[in-house]
Amino acid sequence: MQQIWEDHKATVAALGLAVVAFMLSAFVVPEEEQVVIVRTGEPVGTINTPSGNLKAGLHFRWPFIDKVVRIEKRLLDLEMSDEEVLSNDQQRLLVNAYARFRITDPVTMVERAGSTDGVRNALQPILNSVLRQELGRRTFQSMLTAERGDALANVRANLDRQARQYGAEVVDVKITRTDLPEAPLQSAFRRMESDREREARTIRAQGARDARIIRAEADAEAARIYAESFGKDAGFYDFYRAMQSYDATFAPGNGNAESNIILSPDNEYLRQFRGRR
Amino acid sequence: MAGGKNPWGSGGSSSGDGGDKDEPEASKPKGPKNPWLPPGSGGDRRGPNIEDIFKSRGPEGPRRTGGPGGPGFRMPQRPGGKSWFPVAVAGIVGLGLLATSVHLIGPQQEAVVKTLGNYTRPMTPGLNFSLPFPIETVDVEDVQGVRIVRVPGSNQQVKLILTGDQNLVDLSFIVRWNISDLEDFKFRLVDPVETVNDVAEAAMRAAVAETELDETFSGQGRAAIEQEVRERMQRTLDGYQAGVRVLGVEIEKADPPSDVVEAFRDVQVAEQQADAARNKARGEAQQVLAQAQGEAEAFDKVYEQYRLAPEVTRQRLYYETMERVLSKTPKTVVETNNVTPYLPLPEIRRRAQEAPQANTVTTQEGQ
Repeated sequence: MQQIWEDHKATVAALGLAVVAFMLSAFVVPEEEQVVIVRTGEPVGTINTPSGNLKAGLHFRWPFIDKVVRIEKRLLDLEMSDEEVLSNDQQRLLVNAYARFRITDPVTMVERAGSTDGVRNALQPILNSVLRQELGRRTFQSMLTAERGDALANVRANLDRQARQYGAEVVDVKITRTDLPEAPLQSAFRRMESDREREARTIRAQGARDARIIRAEADAEAARIYAESFGKDAGFYDFYRAMQSYDATFAPGNGNAESNIILSPDNEYLRQFRGRR
Repeated sequence: MAGGKNPWGSGGSSSGDGGDKDEPEASKPKGPKNPWLPPGSGGDRRGPNIEDIFKSRGPEGPRRTGGPGGPGFRMPQRPGGKSWFPVAVAGIVGLGLLATSVHLIGPQQEAVVKTLGNYTRPMTPGLNFSLPFPIETVDVEDVQGVRIVRVPGSNQQVKLILTGDQNLVDLSFIVRWNISDLEDFKFRLVDPVETVNDVAEAAMRAAVAETELDETFSGQGRAAIEQEVRERMQRTLDGYQAGVRVLGVEIEKADPPSDVVEAFRDVQVAEQQADAARNKARGEAQQVLAQAQGEAEAFDKVYEQYRLAPEVTRQRLYYETMERVLSKTPKTVVETNNVTPYLPLPEIRRRAQEAPQANTVTTQEGQ
């Protein structure tokens, strides 16, 4: 080692310098990032931007005077949680929403916002107010229906217009949650309960009604059957039925008390009793 | 081998059991006694003894070339007196480089290769090669494997979703998805998994908001919601170029909120009660009809016979009935003209007490 240093002092020094220079000036831009090179406060170049020519990979800068500002290239999200929004029919709704945006113009972004967090901070209140405005213009009912799609398209367009000023593009705005605040929630529960009570009562009444109808139909049908059959000879039916009736009423057992029958000799049954003709 | 000094060697003169106790003194300067040796095995041991092992392992022993591990280990030297150290380091680095440049991509997997951060090419299943680590990085992902998003997640509270008729439903569902385009998946979204979660929730809420409460409970309504959510999610994710394919959405549970579940149960109870009432009525109706048919049929049969010989049949029926009735009851025949009818009232009263409900019938055919 000693020997090499003695022999090639200049070469080794130059080599070392070259390595140091390389370390200072080379930098890697990953695929996920876009880079703005800032020279003494002025953006002088971009790498791996959607519109630029330079792709990700190994790049060089002037040491010390060029600053590399790395910016996320992928889709970013902006969350808004539990905002109470008032619909135009004075109903309150807790809304969670998100916006997805990406930085499309990193130079503008660096100049106006400094960093992606800067963009977030700038867009957050805008998202809140735009969403409130847009939903506040609608009825509670329509917030729940397909019209919400239109509202969100408007929100997106509005937010996008603002975001362009920061070099960002808003891809999408979506509502993740719409909840009722506590008090309306309770009243919604009460309403659901009373709905169901009404339903249960109706169902029971319908059941009772159907049962009555079924019985009545059967009774009517039975009456028809009896009439059809017995009506063929009303006189005979009277006799026949009387016989059955005597059987039923006088026969012991069946819970009947024992009968005592006192017969007069004039009785039809005893007609022959006296042997008269 | 130091045969003579070996306490367990063939030279052991002590007899049998006592051998152990005498020998250690002699062996002490040489090294520790082998503790794994059974005590009684003195004379006939054949394996290498412990001293030999230490001798050959030690730095001064004959087997110098052995690896590290013995006591007093020193870095071995290359022939020529130079250290092996740089060679070892080079070897390890080389192995590391080799390990980072050979990639076995499994059948379910794909990978993206970045050359100095710049995406250059994909890797498909099989054996692949890349430049070693700092130059090329390889990011392997399971693309075929089905991933599952569960909403609400295990640490989330119960989610109540507003339905189109302003009711609430307690709903949980899972989304199955996998990666359709690894390049998009890696480079388009900051947090693709989180995005899938958000999109799933947004899509579900939007779909339920367009559905009425009762539909969310019915199988058909649920199937429609599942389909709707799947399509919505796919549309949104395609809009983000997320490289995600939504394979399916399954609603695990769609229940009334716990606060009102009683009322919902009561509706079911009411339905069952109504059904029960209907069934009971139907049963009774059948009974009434059957009885009517039976009686009518019986009458018809008798009547048929009666028509053939009306007078005789009538008489016969009359006498038969009277026989049946009168044969089982006490009878009194009274000549009304001469005798005052005697009514056995005390007896009747007694019987009435015995069977209060039953009525006593007294036929009195008098003049």
